[in-house]
Amino acid sequence: MQEYLLHLADNALILGHRLSEWCGHGPALEIDMAMTNISLDLIGQARNLYAYAAELEGQGKTEDDLAYLRDVNGFRNVLLVEQPNGDFAQTIARSFFYDSYNYFYQKALCESHDKQLAAIAEKSLKEVAYHLRWSSEWAIRLGDGTEESKQKMQAAIDDLWSFRGELLTPAAYEIEAAKAGYGVNPLEIKEEVEKKLQEILLEATLDLPADGWMHSGGKTGRHSEHLGFILAEMQFLQRAYPDSTW
Amino acid sequence: MSHQVELEERFQARIDAEQKIEPKDWMPDAYRKTLVRQISQHAHSEIVGMLPEGNWITRAPSLRRKVALLAKVQDEAGHGLYLYAAAETLGVSRDELYDELHTGKAKYSSIFNYPTLSWADIGAVGWLVDGAAIMNQVPLCKCSFGPYARAMVRVCKEESFHQRQGFEIMMTLSHGSPAQKQMAQDALNRWWWPSLMMFGPNDDASPHSAQSMKWKIKRYSNDDLRQKFVDVMVEQAEVLELTIPDPDIKWNEERGHYDFGEINWEEFHNIIRGNGPCNKERLAARKDAWDQGLWVREAATAYAAKRKKKAS
Amino acid sequence: MNSEFPLWEVFIRSHGGLNHKHVGSLHAADADMALENARDVYTRRQEGVSIWVVPSEAITASDPEDSDPFFEPAKDKIYRHPTFYKVPDNVKHM
Repeated sequence: MQEYLLHLADNALILGHRLSEWCGHGPALEIDMAMTNISLDLIGQARNLYAYAAELEGQGKTEDDLAYLRDVNGFRNVLLVEQPNGDFAQTIARSFFYDSYNYFYQKALCESHDKQLAAIAEKSLKEVAYHLRWSSEWAIRLGDGTEESKQKMQAAIDDLWSFRGELLTPAAYEIEAAKAGYGVNPLEIKEEVEKKLQEILLEATLDLPADGWMHSGGKTGRHSEHLGFILAEMQFLQRAYPDSTW
Repeated sequence: MSHQVELEERFQARIDAEQKIEPKDWMPDAYRKTLVRQISQHAHSEIVGMLPEGNWITRAPSLRRKVALLAKVQDEAGHGLYLYAAAETLGVSRDELYDELHTGKAKYSSIFNYPTLSWADIGAVGWLVDGAAIMNQVPLCKCSFGPYARAMVRVCKEESFHQRQGFEIMMTLSHGSPAQKQMAQDALNRWWWPSLMMFGPNDDASPHSAQSMKWKIKRYSNDDLRQKFVDVMVEQAEVLELTIPDPDIKWNEERGHYDFGEINWEEFHNIIRGNGPCNKERLAARKDAWDQGLWVREAATAYAAKRKKKAS
Repeated sequence: MNSEFPLWEVFIRSHGGLNHKHVGSLHAADADMALENARDVYTRRQEGVSIWVVPSEAITASDPEDSDPFFEPAKDKIYRHPTFYKVPDNVKHM
């Protein structure tokens, strides 16, 4: 269960981290603030999950031990969330792919037999429903906006398409989680996720890329180079001044 | 009595009676200009101010600190937004105000041209810079111009957690390891004098002050507010067990205030002229964000127009 | 091209049962975006349970020049207020 919880928490933390990089640099003040709200939701979700994982581990660890003192190969997030922000279209494509998956995932996770995990999912679902609404609307606006924005949005969808596969391919710990009744096997939600995706891309007047080669590895700790830099930045103080209180 | 003089007298009488001036009311041109200048400078300071602190969001040392800092920097965006909106009631657009910022025509608080070099700087900025800002801002809640006063009420309400957040960081560091305590002291050394400069030039060198006081845009003089700040901060520094980098700080029984040393005004004017350590980076970052966001804003506008057309 | 979004006025109901109250303004390309921006800007501290957004240009405001003919005439109609009428102290529940 530990690895499963870390997977959920790491996804939220790393995407939250990426979105926080926009703070102060958004295309308009209002959009800046919206992205920060989403980032805060995600980091909040990660904190709940880390705290639970630490509690289950029972060795007196804290949320920060889990976030700040693991190296790249200990992280279980999908490759999609560690991809760089790129331009605004790439950020929207990444969020939209993640949100359209995460919404149905959290919905299913509300049925977890583990009461605490179900409670965390229930709280997260309300937030994620808003994230999905926000990123879908922006995908549509950019797709059906100007020539330039359409081209940028299509390029972003094409670029990130090969990271979608990993979301819907279960890792061993997910299969086990679903069997034991506390977690979700992403195959159970695959149909809904794809339907939502097609519906939004259609409304955005964007082309659905062909399913080809899909990346994988993040869920089992084999990451892209990007994660190392994220952690180097995020963990710097904890590593440079070990055992300090902040 | 000419019509103009009569209007001006009636205007001043309303101000003297502590009535609020609203955007559509008659007001002297100079009053309008002063407000646009001051409110937009204030708004620019909020959004440029996001940058030095935003720097540390991805490096915050714990998740609790990270969400607090992120929420705080986001508040600055909100404050910028409320203030731009207040300026917009006077007939300027946010676009025009941005343009003045990006071309260097408009000023913003020079404190944000200093770099944030360590995590303790986030503590020092919250404690000192927000502390100074609050002292400047609380009297603005009673400013004679309604939209500015209302924006400031909202800003001050939200701002209240900012300074506590900074103080808590400083407190944790100054009571932490020797390396952390040194980090905190070093931050205080670098941010102390720039915070004192935030109150602006000495009263005898502050040309617009008298008129602003008469219009009740400004309620206290620069030097009065600066003194109030020093008095409060000396005592807080003692709680933190940190040393303020000014050997001249001494309680003056007769005045009932702390005396303090001479501010280096040459440094202040130099930074205003654009020669601070980070002037170029700060402006470039804001300009980049705006320029690179152009296609996004255009797309949203185009999409809205398409949808409107479809609906009609 | 001017890329600025139009201005919207934001009204928020802070608790069930209260009026919507003007809280400020913001920029947005369309009504959906205005509603979401209002949520993201003006309700971050649980300030509301319901939001209205109105294009600023749709608001018609009274002119301060008209304030005498508009508002002065109500001043001397004191008979509209309960305190105008005398009732003996021992009359209860009125």
